[in-house]
Amino acid sequence: MGRRRGEQPVVPDTDFVSYYGKPILNGPVWHSPDIPGYLFLGGLAGASSLLAAGAQATGRPGLATVAKTAAAGGIALSLVALVRDLGKPKRFLNMLRVFKPSSPMNVGSWILSGYGPLAGAAAASAVTGKLPRLGALATAGAAVLGPAVASYTAALISDTAVPAWHDGFRELPYVFVGSAAEAAGGMGLLAGPVSENAPARKLALLGSSLELVAFKRMTDRMGMVAEPYHDSKYIKAAEVLSVAGMAGALLGRRSTVLTRLSGAALVGASALLRWGVFHAGVASAKDPKYTVVPQRERVNARR
Amino acid sequence: MTAISGPAFGRDYENPQPRMGFFTDTSVCIGCKACEVACKEWNAIPEDGLELSGMSYDNTVGLGANTWRHVAFIEQRDVLADAENGDGGMRWLMASDVCKHCTHAACLDVCPTGSLFRTEFGTVVVQEDICNGCGYCISACPYGVIDQRKDDGRAWKCTMCYDRLGAGMEPACAKACPTDSIQFGPLDELRERARERVSAVEGARLYGDSPDDGVGGDGAFFLLMDEPEVYGLPPDPVVTTRDLPEMWRHVAKAAATLATGAVVAFLASRRK
Repeated sequence: MGRRRGEQPVVPDTDFVSYYGKPILNGPVWHSPDIPGYLFLGGLAGASSLLAAGAQATGRPGLATVAKTAAAGGIALSLVALVRDLGKPKRFLNMLRVFKPSSPMNVGSWILSGYGPLAGAAAASAVTGKLPRLGALATAGAAVLGPAVASYTAALISDTAVPAWHDGFRELPYVFVGSAAEAAGGMGLLAGPVSENAPARKLALLGSSLELVAFKRMTDRMGMVAEPYHDSKYIKAAEVLSVAGMAGALLGRRSTVLTRLSGAALVGASALLRWGVFHAGVASAKDPKYTVVPQRERVNARR
Repeated sequence: MTAISGPAFGRDYENPQPRMGFFTDTSVCIGCKACEVACKEWNAIPEDGLELSGMSYDNTVGLGANTWRHVAFIEQRDVLADAENGDGGMRWLMASDVCKHCTHAACLDVCPTGSLFRTEFGTVVVQEDICNGCGYCISACPYGVIDQRKDDGRAWKCTMCYDRLGAGMEPACAKACPTDSIQFGPLDELRERARERVSAVEGARLYGDSPDDGVGGDGAFFLLMDEPEVYGLPPDPVVTTRDLPEMWRHVAKAAATLATGAVVAFLASRRK
């Protein structure tokens, strides 16, 4: 078009133009620790339900009870975090006045409404020893819904204008289920009976590997929008803990102390990853660079 | 009765209306902020802070829960360097921003309660008695329009004066605008008028007028004198829910991967 760009003396960065450096997006109003906690606990719960069902089916009652307790406790706490973060917590049930597939939060509310009672019943039966048949049914039901609980939150945060969340939508579900398996397996190692924890160890190792690989692929593909992830101290700490936890789980299987420690490291790594993803998204919305530069490139490419 | 222009979005209103919109011609904006004031008065919006931004005559800085019209001020030096005055010179750009009432509105799509809805005028409005303050619409809006009112927790934005439209009146901002920078009317007519205007003003371009853009066209579109990002507008906004079917596919595959991983973990742990 041959028009010269007006100079913007108040904007120091010459690579892109903005309005006084102000963000374009209003950005998430969600809070920490509520929302990263909700992402983490939902993952822990969903994958724990799979571990619980498997443990029950293969005659590992100790591991099953630990996993069921983690699932019920995780989902209860995550619901508290979710409701607490609403501007009008008393109106939580308004989520259930419609069914709306275009809103992952609405779909998630329905998933949680089905999953929560099942996870709770499974844990209650395991802890009290009452109604074992109903408990087994609830365990199976929770295991069917568990993968959905662990994965839908990726669609929830990707389905926004927040650059670091939206642009990762292809890999984020795998990062999240990997992180979920890491947390559930880690919890099994941390709190489960040592004689029964082989599946927890394997689930944690599979989960951590998937999380690390999918996260790397995501940030490699995202280009400059991945910067907030690279700058995140949560992500760095999560990676260190993941690797340490995996090493401990692999090499320390004969040592109870090492097993417990690596379990704790894996649970912590999963939580830190969620914190990192949450805060990287918030940072990417605050800086207009991540909104303007990729969009400007698209426009220029079309010209 | 005019045919419904643009999407009535499958809503079978008993009294279908033409899609109404705003055409904001920033080339004649004088930065008087009458639109901001009229909007606040009519909609009884709380004050949005009395601080001075220190960056320009713009002290509201951007759209938010308590600012539904926002006038941007941009001072540009040396931009008229080879204009008649020859000495460099400067210019002021002023523009009144507002909710775009997108054809494909991310806020409406992601709202989990159905609080946000599409009116018979094709506009997007929050039902405040339904909103539970989840904040999803705020993260979803590609323009940074809707926001949370901190003291009451709910999300608020421009309604295009839904109450006035129902009574056959134009929105308060358009009514108050002394230069007709803010024009209100059926979107078809506004687009026609904008096409004429843009060819008459040197250096002007339209923003949000095309039904082929990433949000399917804006119900409130603009004539700008510089690139959109100069005004704090995204250069190429895309409704996030365009990618949602693909997101759900990846979620389903990831869920299946997790279930498979769990099965593998147990199969590999069989005791001899």
